[in-house]
Amino acid sequence: MDDVHFSVNLVADVVQMWSQPFMVNAFRAGTIVAVLSALIGWFVVLRRQTFVGHTLSAVGFPGAAGATWLGFGALSGYFAFCLAAAVVIALLGGRGSGRHSDESALVGTIQGFLLACGFLFVALYKGFLNGTNALLFGSFLGITSRQVVVLAVLAVVVLALLAAGGRPLLFASTDAESARVAGVPTRALDLGFLLVLGATVAAVSSITGALLVFALLVLPAATAHRLTARPARSLALSVLFGLVAVWTALTATYYSPYPLGFWLTSIAFAGFVVAAGGRALRERRRRGFRRFAW
Amino acid sequence: MIRPGDGSGQPVTPSDDGGRPTGEAATAVIAVHDAAVVLGGHRVWHGVDVRVSAGEFVAVLGPNGVGKSTLLKAILGLQRLASGRISVLGAAPGRTRSSVGYLPQRRSFDSSVRMRGVDVIRLGIDGSRWGLPLPGRVARQRRQRIDELVELVDAGRYAHRLVGELSGGEQQRILIAQALAHRPRILLLDEPLDSLDLPNQAAIAGLVSRISRSQEVAVVMVAHDVNPILRYLDRVVYLGPGGSVVGPPDRVLSSDSLSALYGTPVEVLRTSDGRMVVVGQPDSPVPHDHQQGGD
Repeated sequence: MDDVHFSVNLVADVVQMWSQPFMVNAFRAGTIVAVLSALIGWFVVLRRQTFVGHTLSAVGFPGAAGATWLGFGALSGYFAFCLAAAVVIALLGGRGSGRHSDESALVGTIQGFLLACGFLFVALYKGFLNGTNALLFGSFLGITSRQVVVLAVLAVVVLALLAAGGRPLLFASTDAESARVAGVPTRALDLGFLLVLGATVAAVSSITGALLVFALLVLPAATAHRLTARPARSLALSVLFGLVAVWTALTATYYSPYPLGFWLTSIAFAGFVVAAGGRALRERRRRGFRRFAW
Repeated sequence: MIRPGDGSGQPVTPSDDGGRPTGEAATAVIAVHDAAVVLGGHRVWHGVDVRVSAGEFVAVLGPNGVGKSTLLKAILGLQRLASGRISVLGAAPGRTRSSVGYLPQRRSFDSSVRMRGVDVIRLGIDGSRWGLPLPGRVARQRRQRIDELVELVDAGRYAHRLVGELSGGEQQRILIAQALAHRPRILLLDEPLDSLDLPNQAAIAGLVSRISRSQEVAVVMVAHDVNPILRYLDRVVYLGPGGSVVGPPDRVLSSDSLSALYGTPVEVLRTSDGRMVVVGQPDSPVPHDHQQGGD
């Protein structure tokens, strides 16, 4: 990538970038990952399950490391561990509350142990040391077309599920007891959401690595939640921010010596800071105005 | 009227001592017959007999921990009876969910809830529907229904603000609107006046009474303090350690009836402005001027 230079002509830059097959695949996978994690992440933030999201992404690492060691390939490991962890958390938490505060210490303990297992698996699989970096921080630039297909299939399934169950999930997430009385199967939705979250985290991890999936899951959604209270608008904004962050980060990575993880997180974080700051400013102005009007 | 404990020989009159001519099964939207609930091996209440007709306003009173909320849950079909029968709109509890509006006992929305009042009301209309909400006739009807509900509870000034930023009374109105979304024939309210200041308690009580009359909705409200709702009540269900008493407020909330229920001398006093105070009861009183955090 020494001979590529960013120019003022953005079209030429994009054409140059997309002349590389690995970049085309990176953009395809990145787009899918951005949409998926923005939508699922929006519900994660709404349900205050960011710790659960973090746990699921953390257990992806030992899963992938173990699967690589045993020769199954990292992707199957991500799925196996993330889905299993989702079931365990559902069983621990449950009770239709959607919150897991009581279990958080236990979940954190198990998470720590599994991370240790991950490093053991890496050590057992000799010659894998460079791979640790990829498992933790992603390998955006080495995505195969097969990975893109797997991601696309998963995305279609998850989007269909969200379209079908979005409203009851919204009801159950904001007001579980009223939802239950209105006939919403809140327990089933709790478990279902955790499974979808687990599958999403697994798929996204295989691209972004176990550490960055969390940033992509939470940051665009948290930014959107800061900006508007209307559910439909907020969801759309979350997807938009996810896409902008991923596309900008991929471009910046291609034209700079710095890693994707740095760009992706920094851009998403910058968006969050701007949104949070803007809202604080607006609220202060409104309150000031009220005081004046008083 | 009073049914203290097990078969004390008192005559049992299940209902029809409300101020209006009820009594026939056909007119009762809720009929509770000799119901009892056991929770964790402990008998919560028993021998409860009550009938509620359309447009009636009934309060469930009693000391803390006596199982007032459990009675609402039994009517909703969320709590199994150990014995006895409940019929709601002529069917088993839980079978007619869309005809029953329910306001759970509530922690209020905190300021981190990023939803507007109208979004909360909307959840009551189509929050339990599957599939994507599509624009068109249904969407227009939904918007119209939201406007009606906002109007009904008089929340026009703040329904478009974030629900977490609203006062307790405003949140309660939004939630009542949500519970009324499907034009229920029964409205079950669990301590809706809890944690409200006195003017708001009076306002919400008046609102519920007005809705009950104008929409012909049978209201059953669990209350900690009877005073804000006293003048609107058709009937009182008083749950106590020894059984339950059902009847018009003056008759149930009397020294004789509560003394028999508690099995110890209890005095009901009336203040000059018509408020009631219960003195001498073993546990927390019914009418009571300051708030106690839920049960």
